Amino acid sequence: MTKALAVLLLLLPSALYAQTLTVGSKRFAESRILGEIVTQTTTAVGEAHADHKSGLGNTGIVFAALQSGSIDVYPEYTGTITQELLKTKETLDLPAMNNRLAALGLAAGVPLGFNDTYALAMRDDQAQKLGIRTLSDLAKHPELKLGLSQEFLKRADGWPGVKAAYSLPFESPQGLDHGLAYEAIAGGQIEVTDIYSTDSKIAKYKLRVLTDDKHYFPAYDAVLLYRKDVPTRLPRTWAALQKLSGRITALQMIALNARVELQGMTPPVVAAGFLSGKTAPTEAAYPPGFWATLFAKDFWPETRQHLFLVFVSLALSILVAVPLGIWAARTPAAAQPILSITGLIQTIPSLALLAFLIPLLHRIGPLPAIVALFLYSLLPIVRNTYTGLTDISPSLRESALALGLPPLARLRLIELPLAARAIFAGIKTAAVINVGTATIAAFIGAGGYGNRISQGLENNNDLLLLSGAIPAAALALLVQWGFDLLDKAVVPKGLR
Amino acid sequence: MIAVENVSKTYSGQTALAPTTLALAPGRTTVLIGPSGCGKSTLLRLLIGLISPDSGTVTVGGEILTPQTVEKRRHEIGYVIQDGGLFPHLTAAQNVALLARFLGRSESGVQERITELSSLVQLPADALSRYPNNLSGGQRQRVGLMRALMLDPPLLLLDEPLGALDPITRSELQSQLKDIFARLEKTVVLVTHDMGEAAYFGDTIVLMRAGKIVQTGTLEDLLQRPAEKYVTDFIRAQRSPLPPMPEAASEERN
Repeated sequence: MTKALAVLLLLLPSALYAQTLTVGSKRFAESRILGEIVTQTTTAVGEAHADHKSGLGNTGIVFAALQSGSIDVYPEYTGTITQELLKTKETLDLPAMNNRLAALGLAAGVPLGFNDTYALAMRDDQAQKLGIRTLSDLAKHPELKLGLSQEFLKRADGWPGVKAAYSLPFESPQGLDHGLAYEAIAGGQIEVTDIYSTDSKIAKYKLRVLTDDKHYFPAYDAVLLYRKDVPTRLPRTWAALQKLSGRITALQMIALNARVELQGMTPPVVAAGFLSGKTAPTEAAYPPGFWATLFAKDFWPETRQHLFLVFVSLALSILVAVPLGIWAARTPAAAQPILSITGLIQTIPSLALLAFLIPLLHRIGPLPAIVALFLYSLLPIVRNTYTGLTDISPSLRESALALGLPPLARLRLIELPLAARAIFAGIKTAAVINVGTATIAAFIGAGGYGNRISQGLENNNDLLLLSGAIPAAALALLVQWGFDLLDKAVVPKGLR
Repeated sequence: MIAVENVSKTYSGQTALAPTTLALAPGRTTVLIGPSGCGKSTLLRLLIGLISPDSGTVTVGGEILTPQTVEKRRHEIGYVIQDGGLFPHLTAAQNVALLARFLGRSESGVQERITELSSLVQLPADALSRYPNNLSGGQRQRVGLMRALMLDPPLLLLDEPLGALDPITRSELQSQLKDIFARLEKTVVLVTHDMGEAAYFGDTIVLMRAGKIVQTGTLEDLLQRPAEKYVTDFIRAQRSPLPPMPEAASEERN
């Protein structure tokens, strides 16, 4: 009895608690570390089960998740709240901000103690040579190549605002992933980029942060943005979280970021180190080697998540695509629209499709990912079913007809078996493509090997990136082999 | 028991069959013959409802064929095409048994009938478990015939059944088929373009040309009382005497 209970408790840690606090974070090291600090603080209190959806997405996605209740709290910056979320140009203090957030059922609080403002930076040696110290100086050098992160380019408080404030003469700066900007600036492909003031790589890449002499960028004080019910729902947890107020200085944050971005440690380890008061990393916290990174303890959960995404979407797709292919083969008038529409879906970029599905389904995570993978799987299966059926020779078709078999029996006994090889090849193609496309799903919090790839990309950690890309490639090969074996069981003997 | 009355068929403005009336003698073999495109295959396909006539009626077993009745009627018609038309994903035995099994006939009855038919068409026992791709052309045709005869239909339609066979297999199968037709007393319609085959099988020969019947009668009728000059021309053209055989010895020397 006690044994059974213990097993149950081990299996269902979340069942221990009546309550769950779901923490979100954005897709960069600092947000993940802060999210982890909130998560571990909550766990230590023991009042609720804490679940961290680490690196859920950019500001838009994480904020949408908070509003929909998919998450309860995430670390945010005051400047982002006023300009991006409340869409106002005014400078608001925390109480004024909370007045407006209340209408959304949200609140901001617990200023963590540092300001992570946006800034523009360039190589120190080049800045020295050109005599650039401030953003006003930058306006005199229209020949410089700007490479800005996609988010900064689009944000109201980012490029459009700073360009107007300083009359900067750069028409169309190149957009790139923030994680790639440092290598690009070091390699000279770009000369100016946006950075965060708590960025750990300023020193490493010998960058000069240009002074915001007109004080354009507002304060980006790190705070917690949360759903209003959290303090009343989890009073003890909330009390503990409030003690984080003022605990992290900008220098400390730079050091924490450096551990993830430069030393390759994981956000949970860094957060645990911070909460336990150890400033120097312990022996075990040093970056692990390739095999340890590959087979980290999240390897099997991520494999499961990946397989889940691939095969659930594939199964749904088979259920829809095979009948669609049959319909197209039977009804010439339906063939063109069916094949065109499934083909059109294929041309939608995967990130665009995911971004489109999130507001449509009102959620993030596996569901929109499965829907997207399902849609992408349609074309190979529909097309191969259609081709397999229409390629059956007229004499065999007539033989089946002349026997006096009714239409459904002809389909089941003759036509589908004859098309089996083609249909199966379509399913195999869809499965292999799905394994690759599913890595994108990590960008919307659906998990899988894409987690490692996106984290590796953000943190410039090639080892982490490879530890996601290699198993994804291996899985694609395994899936291919698995289907080759199945082929012998599915394709009728006489057709081989 | 099977007749067409004023049936015609046009494909995109081209007349495949002009209005035609024909009654088939029960228990006898009727051969439809004529050059390519004369309408003989069109007529055969109308009989089993693979195509429907633009005008006129097809009567099978005293009932006019309609899209609603055709499926059931087909169980009373055996249909054999060139090269057998076997389904490649099924073994010979599975091909033969397909319809009977679908109709829920007893398995012991199915097995018994297969044994009976394979001895009738002289198919070696080991061929039954093979897939069509592993059968010879003659074997495929025998299996096709077995499949057509499985439900013991009163009517048997054959569309150039021996067209794809080599001459030796062909003449062997011809004599076996003739024997089978005589023994089973089926109403048979056989389409061919080979006058020798028509003469060999046909109780009645129907000579066609350009979508019309030129003459219907016995071989004797056609030879002695041709309806028009074309009949004699067609028969003559098909009689191509072999050149004299070279002597065996002279061949050895080369």
